[in-house]
Amino acid sequence: MKVAVLQFPGSNCDQDAFHLFASGLKVNTKYVWHKETSLGDADLVVVPGGFSYGDYLRCGAIARFSPVMKAVQAFSQQGGVVYGICNGFQILCEAGLLPGALIRNSSLEYRCITCALKVETSTASFNPNFLGASVKLPIGHGEGNFRIDEAGLARLEANKQVLLRYENNPNGSLSDIAGIRSEAGNVFGMMPHPDRAFERFHPSMDGLKVATAVLATKFPELLKHTA
Amino acid sequence: MKISVIVTPKKNVLDPQGVAVGHALESLGFPKLKTTRVGKLIELEIEAVDSPEFRTRLDQVCKDLLSNPVIEDYRYEIVAR
Repeated sequence: MKVAVLQFPGSNCDQDAFHLFASGLKVNTKYVWHKETSLGDADLVVVPGGFSYGDYLRCGAIARFSPVMKAVQAFSQQGGVVYGICNGFQILCEAGLLPGALIRNSSLEYRCITCALKVETSTASFNPNFLGASVKLPIGHGEGNFRIDEAGLARLEANKQVLLRYENNPNGSLSDIAGIRSEAGNVFGMMPHPDRAFERFHPSMDGLKVATAVLATKFPELLKHTA
Repeated sequence: MKISVIVTPKKNVLDPQGVAVGHALESLGFPKLKTTRVGKLIELEIEAVDSPEFRTRLDQVCKDLLSNPVIEDYRYEIVAR
């Protein structure tokens, strides 16, 4: 399995994401610069956190038009697996690869805390049987307030597309939503950072398990590293 | 010509920035507000002729880039020179 971690101007969790996959999950990982038009032989595309293009206009709005995102669109249409974390989640929503949008936290504050998250049953590998009923992951964002229209929310719930919900909502997100997947089940996004939760000095060690749970339905080989 | 694109949060979307600005206005003694919404003004200057084709292209970039239709509405004013 080969992982491509995208890099935009202003990405700042690209190295964290690289470290999560290369050292934590021990998979072949490379960086792909936003000017590239091909993802090479990647099996998984990770869109990392940060402040791509300074969050100008709206978070993720400009990154969405980077040359590499055309390749990501084509990759996902063919069923390729895409995983966005924090700003990566915002970019995937702007690109229309995930439904909804992320607006300013209701508190208007940048929130940098460790959150307890309720695990939902969403895929064969993402569920409380695998992860337990609750996990802890850090967040660090000013725009993590998930919004979608009523019909969109009903669809998310009916299709079990919600992965994680905040136990104490830090940002005003609709239905406490912290992470979702696409209806087809190959595109994933979450505001919390598994890439900041797998070393002893991190505030939580749940990151490896969460990333594995997201991806193991498509890449069962990941399970051997978390056994 | 000059084009002003005005982007505002959709009516049914929570606007935390607008709420905070509304509170500040009230603390200044401004009369009680029904709503306060904060949006964006994007000014474009371009050598082009206003035509139905041009408006179609303008609408397209307003939907694709300048606003996010999930959470925002847009309108524009064209000032021909």
